[in-house]
Amino acid sequence: MDDVESFLKVDWDVPYKEYTPKAITLPSGEKLVIREAKREEVPLLLKAIMPYITVEKDYYDIVAARQYAELLGWYRYRVRNEFALIGVVNGELAGIVNNRAYDQKLHISLHTMALKRGARVGAHLFAAKQENSIENLGAEEILVTAESPIGFRRWMLEWELEPRPNLQHELGGVTPYAITRDNYFKVKPTKVFGERPVSEELMKQAANPKIIKFEV
Amino acid sequence: MREVAIIGCGMTKFGRHDNETLMDLLVESSLKAIDDCGSFDGDIESVYVSSMLAGELNRQTAIATALTDQLGLIPAAADRIENGPASGGSAIKTGFMAVASGMYDVVLVTGGEKMRHVTGDRITDLVATMTHPSGEYIHGVTLPSLAAMFARLYMSTYGVTSEDMARVAVKNHSNALMNPYAHIHSKIALEGILLSREAEINNPVIADPLRLYDLCPISDGAASIVMCNYETAKKLSKPIVKIAGCGQATDTLAVHEREDPTMLKAVKGASKKAFQMAGLTPGDIDVAELHDAFTILEIAESEDAGFFEKGKGHIALRNGETSLGGKLPINTSGGLKARGHPVGATGVSQVVELTWQLRGEARDRQVKNAKKAFCCNFGGFGNNVTALVLSGE
Repeated sequence: MDDVESFLKVDWDVPYKEYTPKAITLPSGEKLVIREAKREEVPLLLKAIMPYITVEKDYYDIVAARQYAELLGWYRYRVRNEFALIGVVNGELAGIVNNRAYDQKLHISLHTMALKRGARVGAHLFAAKQENSIENLGAEEILVTAESPIGFRRWMLEWELEPRPNLQHELGGVTPYAITRDNYFKVKPTKVFGERPVSEELMKQAANPKIIKFEV
Repeated sequence: MREVAIIGCGMTKFGRHDNETLMDLLVESSLKAIDDCGSFDGDIESVYVSSMLAGELNRQTAIATALTDQLGLIPAAADRIENGPASGGSAIKTGFMAVASGMYDVVLVTGGEKMRHVTGDRITDLVATMTHPSGEYIHGVTLPSLAAMFARLYMSTYGVTSEDMARVAVKNHSNALMNPYAHIHSKIALEGILLSREAEINNPVIADPLRLYDLCPISDGAASIVMCNYETAKKLSKPIVKIAGCGQATDTLAVHEREDPTMLKAVKGASKKAFQMAGLTPGDIDVAELHDAFTILEIAESEDAGFFEKGKGHIALRNGETSLGGKLPINTSGGLKARGHPVGATGVSQVVELTWQLRGEARDRQVKNAKKAFCCNFGGFGNNVTALVLSGE
C-alpha cells in the first residue's frame, strides 16, 4: 500500500516560486492582504467554503463544490502543480482563488470564491492569481472558463480574452478563453494592483485568518 | 385648505427580494404604516400607489385596485400614480390634495417597485423611455449618460470635482450604515473609491465622469404613509408631523432645450411653491432628503432648492455642512445612493425618513431637535419635480 501511495502522490513537477504577498486598498479603505495559502491551511479553507455548496444563488454551489474538490485534491497530493491564494481583511478570510500549472507554459485558471461580497475582492484575487501564473511562475498562457454570466462578464469581457475554440478547459465547460502574456501586460495597468512589501502588522493579521460569518 | 398630517409610516428593507412579489412588498409596507397609526377615527378612504414599472416588469397593471383588495380596504377609492422617479412625490401630493380639499379624511399612499429580477440593461432602457423620444432616446441617451453630461458641465462651470461627488457617496454610505432599511450597508472611503490606484477596479468609470459609486443601485422595496386631516391627527398620541407645504413644477423634456442645462428650474419652482405654502424659507429647514440618483444631483439640488448659492453646494459639502451633525444634514437615510432606489417607492421613503426624524425616531442617525424638513423627488432628468416641506410639533 505504501508503494502504491507513493506512486499516487503528486506535487510540483515544474519550477515553483512562492508568491510574494501584497496589500490592496478596498473601496472601504481597508487593506486586503493577498498571500499564498499553505497546504496545511486547506482544512480551514474547506470549512469556509462548505456552507456555500448548497447555495444556488449566484452559482455559489457550483463554484464552492468544485473549488472544495480542487483544494482537497491538492491537500491530499492528488492534484499536481496547484496553488491557492487567499485574501484576508482585518484578520478575516475574504476570498480564495486557485490555478494549476498544466505544464511550465500553460496554466489553468480554476476558481474564484469571494467570501466578502460587494468589495471587489473577487476581482483583485482573480488578478493576483493570474499575476502569479504569468509573472511569478512564467506561464505563457492561462486558460480560463466561466460557469456563470457574472464570471463571463468579469473575466472574458473585462479582460478582453481571446477565445480558444479548439481547446477544452479541464473543467469541461464552454469554450475556454486565454490570457496570453501579451494580453496580461496590456491590461495589467488597469487590472493588477497592490503594494509590496506588506507591513509586519498586516502580515500578522493575515497569518491566521478567521472564517467570515456565512451570509448570502 | 385643511391642514394635513402624517399619522403612520412604514417601509420594507430596500434591496434584493427574490422571494417576494411586488404585491408582497406593497402589502408589507402598507400594513406597517397602518399599524404605525394605532387606532384612529374613520377608515382609509383612498389608496394611492406610486409605481413606475409595475406593468412592464411585474405584469401587474391596475396595481392600486389590486392593493386595495389585498389590504381589505374595499370600497376605498384607488389610483396608481406614475411620474417616473417622482411617482412617490406625485402620489403624496395627490393624497395631500385629497385630504386638504376635504374630499377624504384618511388616505394611504404606498410606493413600490420590484426591479432586481431583470438585467441592468433592460432597466436602463426602460428608465430611458422617460427621455425625449426623438431628441434623446433614439440617439441612445440613458439616464446615466444624461447625468454624466450634466456632471461634466457642472464641473467645468462651477469647479465641482470628482472628489466632491465621491464625498456625497461616502457621506451617504456612512449614513446608510445606521439605517436598517437601507439597501447598501457598506462603508466606503475616498482612498478606496478615488484616491488609490485600486479605484480603477473598485470604482470603475460607468459614464465619464461618473463612476460606479456615483450611481444609485437598482433596488426592490416599498414605502407607505397614512395621511389624515389635522383634527383627526390631534386625537392620537404620536407626535404630529404635518405636510406644511407642497409644490410641483416641470421643465423641458429634452435637457438640451433648457436655456441653462445646469439650472434645475423644476427643482427651483417646486421648492419655491412648497416653501411659500409652508410660510417658511430654506433657512428654516433642519434636515433634508434630496434625490441623489447620481451624486452630482445632490449637490445641484441642494443649490436649486435654495439651501446654498448656485455653484456653492460642493463647498458646503466639503465643509461638512451636509453631514450628520452639520448645519443641514442631507440624506440621513443614506439617500438613493445607499438607502436604494426602488423607483416608485423613493419619494414615499423620503417622507418616511423625515417623519421619523421629526418624531425623534431616527435612532443613531437622529438630527437633534429636528422640527422642519424638506424633500425633493426628481422626475425624468429634472423635467417634473415635486417638493414637500414637513413640520413637526
